[in-house]
Amino acid sequence: MSETTGGGAARRRPRATGLGYVLRKVLGSVLTLLFVAVFNFFLFQILPGDPAKAFAPKGRNSDPEALAALRRQYGSGLSLWEKFTRYVDRMVHLDFGVSYTQHAEVTKVIGERLWPTVLLSGTALLLAAGIGVWIGARSGWRHGSRFDRSSSSIAVTAYSMPEWWLGLILIFAFASPGGLDIFPLTGMRDSRSTLPEWLDVAWHMVLPVASLAVVYIAEYSLIMRSSILDERYSEYLTVARAKGLRDDVVLRRHALPNALLPSVTLFLMSVGFIVSGAITVETIFSWPGLGLLTSEALRGPDVPLLQGVFIVFSAGVILMNLVADLVYPLLDPRVRRS
Amino acid sequence: MTTVAWTRRRFAVSAFWRSFRADREGLIGLISLLVIAVIALAAPLLASATELSPTKATGPVLAAPSLEYPFGTDDSGRSVLLLVIWGSRVSLLVGLAATLISMVIGTVVGVAAGHFGGAGGFLTRFAGGTLNRLTEWFLVIPYLPLAIALMVVAIRYNLPLVLAVIIVIGITSWPSTARLVRAQTLAIEGRPYIERAKVLGAGHWHQMTRHVLPNVMPLVLANTTLTVSIAILAETTLSFLGLGSGDSISWGTIISSARNHVAMSNGQWWWFLFPGIAVVVVVRAFNMCGRALERILDPRLKERS
Repeated sequence: MSETTGGGAARRRPRATGLGYVLRKVLGSVLTLLFVAVFNFFLFQILPGDPAKAFAPKGRNSDPEALAALRRQYGSGLSLWEKFTRYVDRMVHLDFGVSYTQHAEVTKVIGERLWPTVLLSGTALLLAAGIGVWIGARSGWRHGSRFDRSSSSIAVTAYSMPEWWLGLILIFAFASPGGLDIFPLTGMRDSRSTLPEWLDVAWHMVLPVASLAVVYIAEYSLIMRSSILDERYSEYLTVARAKGLRDDVVLRRHALPNALLPSVTLFLMSVGFIVSGAITVETIFSWPGLGLLTSEALRGPDVPLLQGVFIVFSAGVILMNLVADLVYPLLDPRVRRS
Repeated sequence: MTTVAWTRRRFAVSAFWRSFRADREGLIGLISLLVIAVIALAAPLLASATELSPTKATGPVLAAPSLEYPFGTDDSGRSVLLLVIWGSRVSLLVGLAATLISMVIGTVVGVAAGHFGGAGGFLTRFAGGTLNRLTEWFLVIPYLPLAIALMVVAIRYNLPLVLAVIIVIGITSWPSTARLVRAQTLAIEGRPYIERAKVLGAGHWHQMTRHVLPNVMPLVLANTTLTVSIAILAETTLSFLGLGSGDSISWGTIISSARNHVAMSNGQWWWFLFPGIAVVVVVRAFNMCGRALERILDPRLKERS
């Protein structure tokens, strides 16, 4: 890494262009987020019928007063434009309304569930990025070797696998009386556990993280492999070898930093893919995060909650895309110069 | 079309087939797909539909795999093997039909964005730019939350569920195709023969359909094969979340019912293992074909191997 960034740093462009670039990218992301918000509004607006009736508690609990309150809160009877301005006003104040199934403000519910998802997906992501880069670099460097053939074949298989199905198998194998009953079945912590809290949470995390990580490792190693293949016959590698460097050093110090560049962006941009993993894997492991919240919101359906979750997930992806755009020029001096 | 053009095309196709045949991974994928397609089409011959009705099933309840029931039976005594065979029909139908929708939208938007965005007056450039922006916007929306939201709407409108799943997956997966097609369109429009066509008075429609589209199609084909695998995974995931094909049997609904009966903890591994293996085999076969097509059609990949 040091060689490439060192060379670029000496010729760094004036800050001003950098600032313009950053502003342009941030503005683009804000626009995208606005689009998602408007899209979100119209998507749920086309739901037919009286939303208050559809989402009010059914049967004996439904009293007319509560129904009227729901209608007021939902804005039935207002024109589309009035509803839209109300929606925009609420979005600006980060108010997504009240969830019907959780009986609390959507913002608060989402806030409580955000951290477990970040913990779970983040851990799986970091693990997968590390292992995936290692496997991908090794198999791309020794293109056609036995390691390459077997690891690519396993990676394509894992990549073709729904992560939640892998989770079901792991539950059967490691958390059921039929297999090895060593890991907890569901949840994030056990109140009866004698372990310190962080260890208990880590223990609960093993299976869900494993089911997510296997699929991400597959994706990342395939990305890394193909970008190493792109670099393999570059002239600078011939030069490095001609200098008499060991093969291992050529890979680690010369090929890897260059091959990592496109991978970093792809890693950050694959967050959309991670969101779907979080939803399904959290559902089967009852991990109390945003993913489980999404599948809970499906019962009903709890529209305010679904809207809120939709916005939060999209915002997460937009943010990671922005980070990818902003980080890339820092990593690659060639982009910075152009 | 002149005969010269057709002869040239026939040559191109046979050259393409020669390189595909030489690609071991692609050939294995293609053969697996053919076998699976035959099984899916022959499902009514292998098993009558009555054996799949939960009330008319004759087998023992929740039996482990045996000679008579190689994949075991489910909670109402149906053979999991028969369920998996019948399930392939819905899974493949949804996968292929959704891909068709996604491919058509993606190609139309991509070619139009590339063609109109590149040159011309203010209005055409504006239209191209708007399409491009729209593609980028849809690209960032994570597909599963979007598909969930759309399914909720479709269910409210009482759409037939299989149709709803097809449409929803189709309209959630077009942006990546559109981006790819747009990039390819821009590359093609820079070539001199487009200039020649323009000088000879070719209109937008002629340029797009006669010159751009034939050159974009091979890439779309490779992309399509990969999209089918994504669509099948999406169908399985939606069915698993209880949003899928409803009463009809698909691989996702079999696994979903196994999970609802806590088959993992009760040791009934065959109930969810075999349908999942079916998903992996089919998706992997499509991925293998797609990767082979990419290798053949992307000259950049060909040079380095």
